Amino acid sequence: MQDQTILAAEHISHTYTGPSGDVHALNDVSLRLSRESFVCLVGPSGCGKSTLLRILAGLLRPLAGCVRLDSQVITRAQRRIGLVFQQANLMPWRTVSGNLSLPLELAQVPASEQDDRTRAMLELTGLHGFADAYPAELSGGMAQRVAIGRALIHDPEVLLLDEPFGSLDALTREQMSEELLHIWARHRKTVLMVTHSIPEAVLLADRVLVMSPRPGRLVDDVAIPLPRPRHLDTMHRPDFVALTEHLRRQIRAAR
Amino acid sequence: MDSNTYPAGQRHRSRPTTDTLPTLRLPPRIARWQWLLAPAFGLALLLIWEAVARSGLYAAFIVPSPGDVAHRWREIAADGSLVRHTAVTLREVLTGLLIGVAAAFWLGYLIAKSRVVAYMLMPYLIALQAVPIVAIAPLLIIWFGPGIASKVIICALLVFFPMLVNTVLGVRNIPPELRDLMASLEATPLQTFWHLELPAALPIVLGGLKVSATLSVIGAVVGEFVSASEGLGYLINFGRGTYDTPLVIAIVLTLTALALALYGLAAWLEHLLLVWQDAGQS
Ligand SMILES: Nc1ncnc2c1ncn2[C@@H]1O[C@H](COP(=O)(O)OP(=O)(O)OP(=O)(O)O)[C@@H](O)[C@H]1O
Ligand SMILES: [Mg+2]
Repeated sequence: MQDQTILAAEHISHTYTGPSGDVHALNDVSLRLSRESFVCLVGPSGCGKSTLLRILAGLLRPLAGCVRLDSQVITRAQRRIGLVFQQANLMPWRTVSGNLSLPLELAQVPASEQDDRTRAMLELTGLHGFADAYPAELSGGMAQRVAIGRALIHDPEVLLLDEPFGSLDALTREQMSEELLHIWARHRKTVLMVTHSIPEAVLLADRVLVMSPRPGRLVDDVAIPLPRPRHLDTMHRPDFVALTEHLRRQIRAAR
Repeated sequence: MDSNTYPAGQRHRSRPTTDTLPTLRLPPRIARWQWLLAPAFGLALLLIWEAVARSGLYAAFIVPSPGDVAHRWREIAADGSLVRHTAVTLREVLTGLLIGVAAAFWLGYLIAKSRVVAYMLMPYLIALQAVPIVAIAPLLIIWFGPGIASKVIICALLVFFPMLVNTVLGVRNIPPELRDLMASLEATPLQTFWHLELPAALPIVLGGLKVSATLSVIGAVVGEFVSASEGLGYLINFGRGTYDTPLVIAIVLTLTALALALYGLAAWLEHLLLVWQDAGQS
């Protein structure tokens, strides 16, 4: 089990100090992500999910505890950990292919390889016709696909997603979940994804972690034994419905 | 004044290419002749000026006719003095603009990046902005002599502040999520500058450059007014002393054209660099 773990948080606590007082955001959170697993994190708004993700990404130093990537304690952001934010967070001055190739440019990958990988990513994200479009010309769903492509293009081992579909309408959201499943099935990354949607979490994840209201603690860890590959139709299975009901009860009990 | 002087309300998305006045949609019947409106109005003004000059109400050295001015302008153009003095002023303007803008950009960048620098310098920079440049121009001439150096410094001081303010705002307004993205990709400080900070701040920075470009001409002329033996400001002083009003007006118009040309150059640069801002607008 030990060597299966790629990313681990150990006894993380965090308090924000600000002009309007201190906010105790996280209280003694520990978790382990197994290699190539898909884990979802759910919890009430403001409980510290984004804070936990920023700490796991190495963008924020926790007041207590540490984060280990391959059992090495990390103190700053890592290229091996890819990020997708709630908003697409694209650079408006770069075209779609320019945004996709940014991680490769920063890593000084040779230009010909950049081109090849960017073209492949345009294909994978279904954006081939939009290589030269600017972000302002994209729909919300397309922009989010670029953001996911950008997080995948330099092949990070871990992917942290903070409500990546939060700003999308329900239909696009389902479609994007299914696309994410395809991508994950093909590329086999370790994924931790924050979501507000319980059905989305059950559809995607091997495990769903439940957080309590602030200060956030992990109060439950529910295994999702549904068979893969999963599709949108999986949501009609009775065991799917039972799992969502169970999670809903757990979240309610955590309040 | 250009609306970009105080870009506090200017958002990341706003288009600095937008001109000062909002463009109105004219009914199609008139829209065809739209391009004629401004020249027609200018012609009307010129005619009124000509009428006043010819009316005999004012002496010719007080209100010369447009024809007199044009004649005088052709004279100095023919004997080479226009080119010579314009070259002097242009050299002061461009040197001052370059130095002032470069200094303001780097200082603004440092201020935006470091609280220590910001708290240390901002009070003095604001005080410096409050100093009337015209009033300290004589001092600068005493210290740096009547040559080009004092004019360049006055010009640099004048263009400094709009550029500084815009750079600080531009760099500070960069979305923190994009900074997080760069950090997560292990970008070096230099990469962060080239791939994030510079392009993200550029729209607001170029807005500052447009304001600075027009101010730079004022700076050089102020310096030449106080003390100079050449340059367009000197020519104005000279014309005033000899009641050569056509010369004064001809030079004022030349200076205006110079300032407009510099503004146009900055606007063209903006258009060139910010193609992406036009995306998704229609
Ligand atoms: N930079 C910050 N400074 C001060 N307080 C903060 C900061 N970021 C977050 N907080 C506080 O920490 C708590 C947890 O915030 P966080 O963004 O992690 O919640 P969340 O679970 O992601 O919420 P949501 O589901 O609404 O996105 C909140 O109460 C928030 O007010
Ligand atoms: Mg959040």
